Amino acid sequence: MGVQKNKNLDSHDTVDDLDQSAAPVKSIEDKWKLVPAFLKIKGLVKQHLDSFDYFVNTEIKKIMLANQEILIESDPSFYMRYLNIEVLSPCIDEGFNIVRPITPHECRLRDMSYSAPISVDIEYIRGKERVIRKGLVIGKLPIMLRSCKCVLYQKNEAEMAKMRECPLDPGGYFITRGTERVILIQEQISKNRMLIEKDSKDRFQCTVTSTTQQTKTKTGVYESKGRYFLAHNSLTDDIPIVIIFKAYGIQSDQEIAELIGFEDYILNCFSASIEECHRLGIFTQIQALKYISTKMKSLSKQFSSNQSSRHSRIDEAREILAHIIFAHVPVIEYNYKLKAVYTASMVRRVIQAQLGLVNIDDRDYYGNKRLELAGQLIALLFEDLFKRFNTELQKIANKIIPRQRAQQFDVTKHIRPDIITNGLVIAISTGNWTIKRFKMERHGVTHVLSRLSYVAGIGMMTMITSQFEKTRKVSGPRSLQPSQWGMLCPSDTPEGEGCGLVKNLALMTHITTDIEEKPLIRLAQNLGIEDITMMNGEEIYADNMFIVMLNGNIIGATNKPKKLIDSIRFLRRKGYLNEFISVYTLKKQRVINISSDSGRLCRPYIIVIKGQPKVTNQHIQELALGQKTFIDFLRQGLVEYLDVNEEGDSNIAVYEKDINKETTHLEIEPFTLLGACAGLIPYPHHNQSPRNTYQCAMGKQAMGAIGYNQSQRCDTLLYLLVYPQRHLVKTRTIELINLEKLPAGQNAIVAVMSYSGYDIEDALILNKSSLDRGFGRCIVYKKQVVAMKRYPNRSCDKIKGPLINIDTKKPKWEHEVLDMDGIVGVGEIVDNKQVLVNKYTPSSTTMTLAEQQNSTSTTTTNVFAEPEDKETPLVYRNSVPACIEKVMLTSNHEDMFIVKLLTRQTRRPEIGDKFSSRHGQKGVCGLIVQQEDMPFNDYGMCPDIIMNPHGYPSRMTIGKLIELLGGKAGVLEGKFHYGTAFGGDKIVDLSKVLIEKGFNYLGKDLLTSGLTGEPLQSYIFFGPIFYQKLKHMVQDKMHARARGPRSVLTRQPTEGRSRDGGLRLGEMERDCLIGYGASMLILERLMISSDQFQVDVCNQCGLFGYNGWCQFCKSSSDVATIKIPYACKLLFQELQSMNIVPRISLKTQI
Amino acid sequence: MASLNNIRTRIKLEETEVLHTTSTDFPGNYPGYDDRLNLDEFRKNLKIQISNLDTTTTEFDLIGIDAAIANAFRRILIAELPSMAIEKVHVTENSSVLPDDVLAHRLGLIPLHADPRLFVDKVSSDTKEREDDTLIFKLKVACKKNPKATTDGNDNSKNPYINSNVYTEHMEWIPIGNQATKFKSEDVGPVSHDILIVKLRPGQEIDLKLVCHKGIGRDHAKFSPVCTASYRLMPEIILKKPIYDEDAEQLQKCFTQGVIELEDDNKGHRRAVVSKPRLDMCSREALRYPALKDCIELNKIRDHFIFSIESVGALSPDQLFIDAIKLVMSKCDRLLQEIDGNINN
Repeated sequence: MGVQKNKNLDSHDTVDDLDQSAAPVKSIEDKWKLVPAFLKIKGLVKQHLDSFDYFVNTEIKKIMLANQEILIESDPSFYMRYLNIEVLSPCIDEGFNIVRPITPHECRLRDMSYSAPISVDIEYIRGKERVIRKGLVIGKLPIMLRSCKCVLYQKNEAEMAKMRECPLDPGGYFITRGTERVILIQEQISKNRMLIEKDSKDRFQCTVTSTTQQTKTKTGVYESKGRYFLAHNSLTDDIPIVIIFKAYGIQSDQEIAELIGFEDYILNCFSASIEECHRLGIFTQIQALKYISTKMKSLSKQFSSNQSSRHSRIDEAREILAHIIFAHVPVIEYNYKLKAVYTASMVRRVIQAQLGLVNIDDRDYYGNKRLELAGQLIALLFEDLFKRFNTELQKIANKIIPRQRAQQFDVTKHIRPDIITNGLVIAISTGNWTIKRFKMERHGVTHVLSRLSYVAGIGMMTMITSQFEKTRKVSGPRSLQPSQWGMLCPSDTPEGEGCGLVKNLALMTHITTDIEEKPLIRLAQNLGIEDITMMNGEEIYADNMFIVMLNGNIIGATNKPKKLIDSIRFLRRKGYLNEFISVYTLKKQRVINISSDSGRLCRPYIIVIKGQPKVTNQHIQELALGQKTFIDFLRQGLVEYLDVNEEGDSNIAVYEKDINKETTHLEIEPFTLLGACAGLIPYPHHNQSPRNTYQCAMGKQAMGAIGYNQSQRCDTLLYLLVYPQRHLVKTRTIELINLEKLPAGQNAIVAVMSYSGYDIEDALILNKSSLDRGFGRCIVYKKQVVAMKRYPNRSCDKIKGPLINIDTKKPKWEHEVLDMDGIVGVGEIVDNKQVLVNKYTPSSTTMTLAEQQNSTSTTTTNVFAEPEDKETPLVYRNSVPACIEKVMLTSNHEDMFIVKLLTRQTRRPEIGDKFSSRHGQKGVCGLIVQQEDMPFNDYGMCPDIIMNPHGYPSRMTIGKLIELLGGKAGVLEGKFHYGTAFGGDKIVDLSKVLIEKGFNYLGKDLLTSGLTGEPLQSYIFFGPIFYQKLKHMVQDKMHARARGPRSVLTRQPTEGRSRDGGLRLGEMERDCLIGYGASMLILERLMISSDQFQVDVCNQCGLFGYNGWCQFCKSSSDVATIKIPYACKLLFQELQSMNIVPRISLKTQI
Repeated sequence: MASLNNIRTRIKLEETEVLHTTSTDFPGNYPGYDDRLNLDEFRKNLKIQISNLDTTTTEFDLIGIDAAIANAFRRILIAELPSMAIEKVHVTENSSVLPDDVLAHRLGLIPLHADPRLFVDKVSSDTKEREDDTLIFKLKVACKKNPKATTDGNDNSKNPYINSNVYTEHMEWIPIGNQATKFKSEDVGPVSHDILIVKLRPGQEIDLKLVCHKGIGRDHAKFSPVCTASYRLMPEIILKKPIYDEDAEQLQKCFTQGVIELEDDNKGHRRAVVSKPRLDMCSREALRYPALKDCIELNKIRDHFIFSIESVGALSPDQLFIDAIKLVMSKCDRLLQEIDGNINN
């Protein structure tokens, strides 16, 4: 009875408990307001800026300290030491010692690099005295726009405007030689972490890629035939693991076995390895080192070159163990204990994996990945260049100092900033990252920032590329990883080869930078972790012991894991620890991992304690009033960052209603799991997923406004929409990325119906009057550049005025648009083949001065021998005339004068131009219809676009239907509706508005045909949809040719539209004709219309003759004239030149 | 017979489709009906009731006419009646942010107050500006800083710039030939004086000569004399059964306000009555309710057109409609001539 009662009580209690925790969690109103607050402090490209700032402020100093001294062999008293290094603010050296600050826009216009000098303070020996020099410039560093060294840093809109910069531009890119280049985010497997995987031979393997400032090596522990081995690049053979332990100085077998574990199953697995060591007769450390030394590859240079003589082979082996194998695990004074524990734990993991106690690691899991950003990549490159710079200095010093000179040797005079300056600029402007010390050779690291539309630019800044080969056909790395949730956009990836390998950041993702480790270690020690070097294996692997690792290094062990984790989290939430430090446990391995390294993906969450979110409505109100910022939320422990690994340890509720007892965190807003490009799709959660992916690609091709400074820019190609409009159905993301201020498209009234037959295959019907009124009208700017080159013989290009016809006193037609200075006038309309810049190049550019003097002295012609100049004009080539928008004369970094011209075309949509809605529904214009022929509704409204309803069933873009409803309701009410992902205005509400305003609740109207004047038989879905005009326009693509240019060598028609080429009858088409038997057609297409050529063939010798004469036979008796392709004749002659005689034998036609 | 009559004269709105949309009353189609064209009958049936007419808009009922003819008027109003619009822009100076082509496009769309009937079509080969085919305006505006503007904003002229917004009021008519005597200056010019053309900032200036020609809407929408001309058919709402109280209220809510009225019958119930079907915009909302669906029938009267014309401003809408009728007549004459000619040949 009593027992039962108790039970009852218990159950009652638990119910009560549940009730309490399930006490309705009040939904936090407007908690999305945290998103703009977050973006305010960590903008869309903040990760780039943070990373670059970290490099410029911190890492560059670390690099300097690591390479601080330059010593030389020839003079032991000489030294040079860097005391300080600093990046100044961007400036330009205009020559004559004039240095002035420069703005990014000037760099863009003048084709220069936006870079800042790196200045160092050094201390060195000059003669006998010690000298300190301050502010020496050792090179120039390209500066990331909007970073802390940029002139735009923390400037307001007015100041930006003065610098001709758009305040909405995100920054985060570089300007080198006038082009804007982005260093893409690179995805990598994280360094210094153990990974258990299966190798190619299906063996379990535990690998670590250890990376330190100096080296980057990969070490693996694997099992083969019951024994364990260690594999490393610097070793010719894999070494039995026990020998490694012995070499570490752990000579007793028991100790070794204990380090790996005292459990029976482990000892069973490991005993074979111990036996093997005995069989090899290795018992002591010396023996083991000797064994290792026989397996070493010819040593890397740093040991062999200058110091090897002083080292024995055993010392080298010891050195390798200490600094090459597991390089990231510190070995202090040759105490290998830590390394031994580390190695042992790897062996342990392999054994556990073998026995199925732990799972193998997933390489595609985002917790195992790190993202490399601009700062890190530049740091790698800079260190390499800095080292090269120092060795260069060292070489010079080494050479010059021993020679006795009148003048004292002064290092500062030999500083050549070019190494660093050019090295950085070339790397960024080509995208080839070559780092010698890591033998790293990467291509395509940087890309030109796409300025096709504002979204394209933002999309590029959040893009992530993988180092994975694009050609390999494995699905793993390409498929969507569950750990990607909230970190990377699930929609935004290209189609085709880059699919799944090129990704984009989600809206709230942040990427960490490095955090100092030392304070963390001290903190951990204060929190009671025990020094692992003091423990034996039994203690380490005791039941309640957890090994504590910091960034992949063992820092100790604890038997109170919960306390440690809780205290670290507590300190982090209180703000005593950096907010980006993460802790998580591996329960099976009994490891607590603390991470403070760079490149981890993380995002903020609302903290939930005891089933109640810490953020309340009160807090949000304070945020809305501006009394709080996101930083306050962090500091007060209301919100915290979780990285992917810690996310795995947390219990995160998406909505308030999902919160239960176990919940630890609450999502801020689910729409933030999409990126910037996918975020602009209204109602994406109603669409078929690939459609959202298509829109992500197409949004980048949409024309619109680019920036407030778009008219100041001088891009090679710029597409602008004349009347861009705000989205009638917008999303929170659109507001957050300021797309409303620079939209790319127009709200078109769409009727979903079929019309004529010109709307098949997604073609659209456009209303001509809408086009007359400016719908889809766009401006295309194209840049043309002429550089006035200088030549070695001191001559240079010239521009001359227009050629004037003597009779009419008017310039000839080609020169009609030129001003008197020989450059086309602004506002002039130029036609095909008219000259834009009348440039002349001197005929001789190589003749030396002396030669020239010689020639002048003999012929006494003047230096400005005009007839000798060649005409090299810049000609306008486009069948459609353009207007000259801008002419700019300036000089670039090489002091070359350049003329930049901007031509403008205003285009109205025509048949064949491409349009798309925001739902991956692209289509070309199939017909342009007069307004009076268009159907109209009872209000007299005609559609701008008629879209065929067949576009819907197979595409399943329900979002587009809802967008139309939202747009229609918005227009009727005079407000903008929201179509935010996983939220947005509900259809019911939209329908209510429609009903209220006297419209059908489905959005279907009664239309009247404009042709017959009678009502249409069905109701038509009718309303506004946001349409984008894409950059693909017929005018740039249409091409046809009857006759035209031929290539010089083969005399066949040229290829490609730009060369007015022919349309190729390809191999497959040829096969069709062969199959059909149309031989004469083939002959006509492949020879007569291509490269027919008449040759004389001698039928006696079978060789070519000419003029009816065979030179070989010295006769004209048997020479016939035949027609063959010129390419065939060419082949025969080329074969002849290789001593092969092709002979042609002719027969008379029957 | 009643249903056949319905098919002939009514378009029925169902929940998901529209029935009997095409007119079928051509001669010989229905036995027992004489559908031959009878001018007297037509005259008797044709009614025009003007319900609203002002300088720019009109709404009138056109009853007893075929859809094809009503549509012809609509199409002609939109596409074939001429009006004057800026066709060429000579740019002397344009330092505004708008490129020349965009500025010209904007100017072209400005509706002009000029009677197109007093002008003739421009002969495209003729480059001379003649008084009977061309109107010329000048638009010369330069923006300056406002010296009176104070930063503290106490001054009346808060705008720190002078002429920062260029409106149509800045357009200045330049008469050529006898135009100065032929037209009064208030007769010629933009229809509205507050159309924003371009925004300027100090130092920016535009100096343009605007050349206007006569054209038709088919050529370019700017020549269309109407904003839009369109019609809708007169709705007819039939209550098949009497509807009372809650259902009646529900029904009232389903239509635009004023369409359905409630009246008290003697038994203390409120009954729904159709009062102004004209106001209904065919939302078919009532058909959604099962209770109401079977009680009502929504129709449109086939030959009752509620025609609306919004003039751009150059001519009054009634004048436009008369011109449209004249154009239709001239087209008919032309057709008859052609037929006669062919017969004679």
